[in-house]
Amino acid sequence: MLPADEFSAFPASPTFSVGDKALDGYSKKKYVCKLLFIFLLGHDIDFGHMEAVNLLSSNRYTEKQIGYLFISVLVNSNSELIRLINNAIKNDLASRNPTFMGLALHCIANVGSREMAEAFAGEIPKILVAGDTMDSVKQSAALCLLRLYRTSPDLVPMGDWTSRVVHLLNDQHLGVVTAATSLITTLAQKNPEEFKTSVSLAVSRLSRIVTSASTDLQDYTYYFVPAPWLSVKLLRLLQCYPPPDPAVRGRLTECLETILNKAQEPPKSKKVQHSNAKNAVLFEAISLIIHHDSEPNLLVRACNQLGQFLQHRETNLRYLALESMCTLASSEFSHEAVKTHIETVTNALKTERDVSVRQRAVDLLYAMCDRSNAQQIVAEMLSYLETADYSIREEIVLKVAILAEKYAVDYTWYVDTILNLIRIAGDYVSEEVWYRVIQIVINRDDVQGYAAKTVFEALQAPACHENLVKVGGYILGEFGNLIAGDPRSSPLIQFNLLHSKFHLCSVPTRALLLSTYIKFVNLFPEVKTTIQDVLRSDSQLKNADVELQQRAVEYLRLSTVASTDILATVLEEMPPFPERESSILAKLKKKKGPSTVTDLEEAKRERSADINGGPEPAPASASATSTPSPSADLLGLGAAPPAPVGPPPSSGGLLVDVFSDSPSAVAPLAPGSEDNFARFVCKNNGVLFENQLLQIGLKSEFRQNLGRMFIFYGNKTSTQFLSFTPTLICSDDLRANLSLQTKPVDPTVDGGAQVQQVVNIECVSDFTEAPVLNIQFRYGGTFQNVSVKLPITLNKFFQPTEMASQDFFQRWKQLSNPQQEVQNIFKAKHPMDTEITKAKIIGFGSALLEEVDPNPANFVGAGIIHTKTTQIGCLLRLEPNLQAQMYRLTLRTSKETVSQRLCELLSEQF
Amino acid sequence: MQFMLLFSRQGKLRLQKWYVPLSDKEKKKITRELVQTVLARKPKMCSFLEWRDLKIVYKRYASLYFCCAIEDQDNELITLEIIHRYVELLDKYFGSVCELDIIFNFEKAYFILDEFLLGGEVQETSKKNVLKAIEQADLLQEKTENMYHSRSFIGCKKSILEY
Repeated sequence: MLPADEFSAFPASPTFSVGDKALDGYSKKKYVCKLLFIFLLGHDIDFGHMEAVNLLSSNRYTEKQIGYLFISVLVNSNSELIRLINNAIKNDLASRNPTFMGLALHCIANVGSREMAEAFAGEIPKILVAGDTMDSVKQSAALCLLRLYRTSPDLVPMGDWTSRVVHLLNDQHLGVVTAATSLITTLAQKNPEEFKTSVSLAVSRLSRIVTSASTDLQDYTYYFVPAPWLSVKLLRLLQCYPPPDPAVRGRLTECLETILNKAQEPPKSKKVQHSNAKNAVLFEAISLIIHHDSEPNLLVRACNQLGQFLQHRETNLRYLALESMCTLASSEFSHEAVKTHIETVTNALKTERDVSVRQRAVDLLYAMCDRSNAQQIVAEMLSYLETADYSIREEIVLKVAILAEKYAVDYTWYVDTILNLIRIAGDYVSEEVWYRVIQIVINRDDVQGYAAKTVFEALQAPACHENLVKVGGYILGEFGNLIAGDPRSSPLIQFNLLHSKFHLCSVPTRALLLSTYIKFVNLFPEVKTTIQDVLRSDSQLKNADVELQQRAVEYLRLSTVASTDILATVLEEMPPFPERESSILAKLKKKKGPSTVTDLEEAKRERSADINGGPEPAPASASATSTPSPSADLLGLGAAPPAPVGPPPSSGGLLVDVFSDSPSAVAPLAPGSEDNFARFVCKNNGVLFENQLLQIGLKSEFRQNLGRMFIFYGNKTSTQFLSFTPTLICSDDLRANLSLQTKPVDPTVDGGAQVQQVVNIECVSDFTEAPVLNIQFRYGGTFQNVSVKLPITLNKFFQPTEMASQDFFQRWKQLSNPQQEVQNIFKAKHPMDTEITKAKIIGFGSALLEEVDPNPANFVGAGIIHTKTTQIGCLLRLEPNLQAQMYRLTLRTSKETVSQRLCELLSEQF
Repeated sequence: MQFMLLFSRQGKLRLQKWYVPLSDKEKKKITRELVQTVLARKPKMCSFLEWRDLKIVYKRYASLYFCCAIEDQDNELITLEIIHRYVELLDKYFGSVCELDIIFNFEKAYFILDEFLLGGEVQETSKKNVLKAIEQADLLQEKTENMYHSRSFIGCKKSILEY
């Protein structure tokens, strides 16, 4: 901070008063202005805020203006001052002086704090739609409201004004339309139903603009392009919706065709502004075409247009064309058309001088890759990798690894490609990549011999990358026997080859090699003594590294005491890995954000992968290195306890499946999740999950087969959560029976703030599992990943049915088929209180029928489970036995699975 | 748009406008990082770059860099023209605008920006309308203070637009 008295323009006291005399407005303005200047030069300003606030209530325009500027630039959310500021703003908004109103609205839009939203979110919509509001004020009001909606959507009430706002699209003043379109777009993203009518209005507005002559719009024409900003915004608004109904759609298609045609016309000006503005509209139109993904004709035209840009002399256009084509490649209609540009794109890799453009070219090659051109593209990428910029090497490695795996017809090609990757860019080959090649080799018998031979040959090179040693060590340890018949790769030669690299490697690699050696002891009894000698040497047995030392000691011992049979069992070939989403893909997504790597196929795969990658425990091999007990070190066989998935194993030498550690994978269920889940079976509201950072609350309501759940995510810290993404994960089974719909929430959650997500639920048929709610976000520098079971259970779709004793028993008898009845006898987990039990049965959803059971101590209930496809009548009877502290619960329903599930759910409650 | 920065060839920040709530510390960090990244780029490189999860659109006018951060779905080219229109507005208002105009009349630069962009969105694209609003404000100023405000920085006649 700059002390006031060091700055000669200031009176001595930092409160701006000379002695007792306060400054007049002009001086105040002058000093506030100077403070601002100092701030803008990069110094901190700690005083003068109060004086600025005082200026707000001045009648002189310039004083007020400087006051507002100071507040906009310097005040974040100082609660003390905010009240005073809000007061001044309120006065100006009510002043009916458009200039003052404008200043006040600009200030709200600039600060946009929650306090301001609280104070003005109700007022601004009124100003916006009032008939007598000046156009310029309307513009400011629209964008001001937009800013408030972005910061505090919960405080902006939807209401009558929304329909009137939509009609601003018809306003005569293009400036008003421009501002209103932004507002409508943002609102429509979150409330599509409410703003549906904007589609046809936007199309007709757009149509008027694109067909107008370049002079029609006067000052809204920019370098001969009519209203480019508005056009872009309108096209953007249309991307919030699916293709409109036929009548409107025809008009829209005409507009889009006109835009594409105009792009072909000779330029009206040589200025870059003309071409930029024209192409901005074109690119936005192409985005819309891709978004609709329904007009093959337009998609192919768009692709051809972009093809021309690929060789344009403007770097910007080449960049954008490559970027847009990436999305076009994922449409089935235009994928083939994109592929025709492969030569140009590979050429761009070699000739582009700007690394960001080359990066786009890599992305596009990746997106256009399919079985037909995979070999060519992978070869191009590999050759580019040799000279590629360091900053993008890792990403290229990941992409090559994914493409090679995905489109491998012949897995020998895959193995060759990955080994090449390690050779060319070994340092950039992350663990995921070499783990993956091993997984694939282990899972495919046909490639194992080839892999062993190839790594053996690759290891012959005098200097090879450590990653190659890892892959080689692992593969030879598993499949070295497949090439041992050849005298050139006899067991001893294999061992000597690996051991010649041993001393150059880091600890984790050496640990892995030691495991290879013990595997050799099993595979090749003839080298057993050689290996025992190596293990026995001081450099192993007395190694300073505990992990290495432990392995040496254990392996040596194992090789001496265990019989051949035991060795063969313990050191058996690794079992195949479960098939799941490739962790490389997950890593690439993490690097690039999901949108850039998802193509058609992956999008489908991803959906199923979410389930596969779900809350399964890590495979047993993951526990091998994380548990120091001797038995667990034997490659994860034997009685290794299922490891809690926590921090990654420190030694990491053995093959460790990284899925569970990779941040993109779904976290295992949070501890206590099951208990919390059970608590929600008989109630609908409450806190589902809470840790030090995050609280998740639920409120839900159900009617017949429909329901709605409000999920509240509270940020308990004072720091923002970034990339906040809750995802609902259902297995295929569950998805077929339970339909869940929700919208994404804002990816940032401010400190102390709460965001809400609504899930619309429809029960299609009866179901057993529960969906999992996975929440991922960044807090500070760390990635957080939480999964909890979402308590949507079958009993939520219960409608109670009252019936008399006679009816009950009649129906009870009707449901006497053995499959219809499920009974469970269990011990009471809670005190056996009659009233509580009654409350629970009612909470469960069924009617509690009094005086039905001849034994008054028993409870009976009846209800109907509503699903979309059928309704299932349910009867239940709960018989407590106080002496034994036991219950017997009997469920009879018309459907076996329903009886089963309801009995499970209810048994947990007592 | 999430924010707009104006900085000089020497890396001095001349104007900053943030449309998302960030702490001062974060703002400083972002500014430092971006100024460095953008200044390191060569003249013929493309005007767009990916940065964190945002897209950066920048353009150099004489000694000044104009740099906007937009979101993934936003249109890069139209953002480039937002920058240009803003420079045109400054140029028209100051009459051959130069870096010193923006330094010494920073408040005007902010007022013009507020008329043109609000909450990160384009509010008014008509040059006439934006300047009319500013002229009206200036008129109010001259009436109340009766003091002539020299607009253009004398001694620097070449507009940054001409580079």
